[in-house]
Amino acid sequence: MKLSLPLDEYMNPGHLACQGCGATLAMRYVLKALGQKTVLCIPACCWSVIDGPFPYSCLDVPIFHCAFETAAASASGVKAGLEMVGDKETTVVAWAGDGGTFDIGLQALSGAAERNDDIIYVCYDNEAYMNTGIQRSSATPYGAWTTTTPVKHFKDQPKKDIVAIMAAHRIPYIATASVAYPEDLYKKMKKAKEIKGTRFFHIYAPCPTGWKSRPEDTVKLARLAVQTCLFPLFEVEKGEHYTLSIKPREKKPVAEYLRLQGRFHHLTEKEIQLIQEEVDYNWSRLLRLCGQAETQPAAPK
Amino acid sequence: MGNHALSYGAMLSRAQVISAYPITPQTQVVELLSEMCASKVLDAQFIKVESEHSAMASLIGAALAGARTFTATSAQGLALMHELLHWASGARLPIVMGNINRAMAPGWSIWSDQNDSLSQRDTGWIQFYCANNQEVLDSVIQAYKVAERFSIPAMIILDAFTLSHTYEVVDVPDQSLVDAYLPPFQSAFRLTPDEPHAFGGLTSPDHYFELRYKLQKDMEKVPEAVEATGREYEKIFGRYLGAVDAYQVDDAEIILVTSGTAGSTARVAVDLLRQKGIKAGNLRIRLFRPFPFALVRQILSRAKKVAVVDRNISYGHHGIFYQEVKSALYGLSSVPVFGFITGLGGRDITPETFEAIVNYTLAKNQPEEEIIWIGVKQ
Repeated sequence: MKLSLPLDEYMNPGHLACQGCGATLAMRYVLKALGQKTVLCIPACCWSVIDGPFPYSCLDVPIFHCAFETAAASASGVKAGLEMVGDKETTVVAWAGDGGTFDIGLQALSGAAERNDDIIYVCYDNEAYMNTGIQRSSATPYGAWTTTTPVKHFKDQPKKDIVAIMAAHRIPYIATASVAYPEDLYKKMKKAKEIKGTRFFHIYAPCPTGWKSRPEDTVKLARLAVQTCLFPLFEVEKGEHYTLSIKPREKKPVAEYLRLQGRFHHLTEKEIQLIQEEVDYNWSRLLRLCGQAETQPAAPK
Repeated sequence: MGNHALSYGAMLSRAQVISAYPITPQTQVVELLSEMCASKVLDAQFIKVESEHSAMASLIGAALAGARTFTATSAQGLALMHELLHWASGARLPIVMGNINRAMAPGWSIWSDQNDSLSQRDTGWIQFYCANNQEVLDSVIQAYKVAERFSIPAMIILDAFTLSHTYEVVDVPDQSLVDAYLPPFQSAFRLTPDEPHAFGGLTSPDHYFELRYKLQKDMEKVPEAVEATGREYEKIFGRYLGAVDAYQVDDAEIILVTSGTAGSTARVAVDLLRQKGIKAGNLRIRLFRPFPFALVRQILSRAKKVAVVDRNISYGHHGIFYQEVKSALYGLSSVPVFGFITGLGGRDITPETFEAIVNYTLAKNQPEEEIIWIGVKQ
């Protein structure tokens, strides 16, 4: 059998993640692509715990645990510092969760992207502040329960479109990726490594603890997110060239994805229908951006 | 101007990564550094960040990667950095920063007082308060020397406009002499794939306490190192840079305790008072953190009276230098200490201000109030 990913491992056993954590898979695959000459800047997020407490670390690459809102600025500084001491090769990665990216770190990220600083910014998205105990972020999708969006008043705003925000910065490379498609993730990260400037990855990383799903369903959920077109896999180059990475042969209903997660159990048929319409709209919009659809989709109600 | 003195200090120190955000009255510092980087007079990367918070964040990253780093800010900008000031010292990174003392809003003020930098008293930064532009330039170079020896960040503080925008003749030392005094930064630890470590991760109660203990133990060594590096500086450049600047204190009956440019005005006031037969002296505190307890005690316990002049206030308490001086003398000296607050929000501090302070102090045996206000309009 031909291996689709290298055997090299830069992540060791003994990490502190929950069972079925998507964020650990994301890290493992990303490091397989980037290799050992990599520095990670990790702000407050699940990964600041997953790595292990001082003096331990489960990774074979150096880590700068930085302040919550500073992943991008920290990475910019590390890159400049390394260059000034003669290291021009090391890939500098900002590795942040959705809260650290969509919310508190957005200003610094925008600053780094506008300067086109030579860093790779990875947002592993588990759709809420999971490390602090499942509070809503602006990456939490419409309809979801969290501890700050209780069932009686679930989140009634849609997820922030972070890729559109980053595309508006016209950075050289943006990719979405999923822990259910490691080969696609690996290929994109390899490609990004060779590009200079700000590169942004949005990686879908299910969280059984926060999504109230079964740990063994993590990959299944991540795959369903792609197959339902809720989280499509694509690339954006220079802010305007969109390329679809995977087009599902048959678009599955979003209900199939939702029903495996306790955070959506309270939703009525009508609310699920609203989510389906939003997904359909976003998908046809993306197809158009990728040059695969002619007409402007009708906006959902 | 004082702002350019900061830029030249950073240039002569061969700062490698500069990251800054503009704020009045700091802008000329970064304007000149931008020119220096663009024209390659200074071989440094200048990250033009979108906030002071990111300025400090990126310097923390750059310093951890092993580079010598510099920034400058003022007031609101410094306050925005607050979280990361703790980070820089906690991570033991010898970042050097200029801060132009400017009063905190509201109302908007661009004029000088010390509440911005003194609010950062407990962040683990070394703080130098400067009295003239020469001292600003010299202090940057000395600050790197001290900061890098102990892996503790340092702040050079100068008054808005009185120093930042005021032109004075400043001797710019030869680069070769500065290089001899200040060798390239060799970090004791570094973020590099060659030796992968995790820095600043989750630290349990089993370890955290000792990390802070070590920071304090190293802080305690700084006053002596400031004296030693100041004498070394004097040997090469002919200018002494000590923890305090004592003027006419040997026979003084009343000693003014001052900081910043109020300290240079106080010298003039001391001369005028001595012409009138009043034996006044001035102790200007240059190193505020760590506080030079031994020197302050030694000098002040000779006086009959001490008058501390604060251009700052800890609301609900007193002037901040007044607190520090009292804590230095507590239990060791019975000299009466008077605490004056003046010059907030950039109101001028003149020789007449000091005359009023000295007259009040001479007229009373003991201070009758914890705060004696000078120049408040009734």
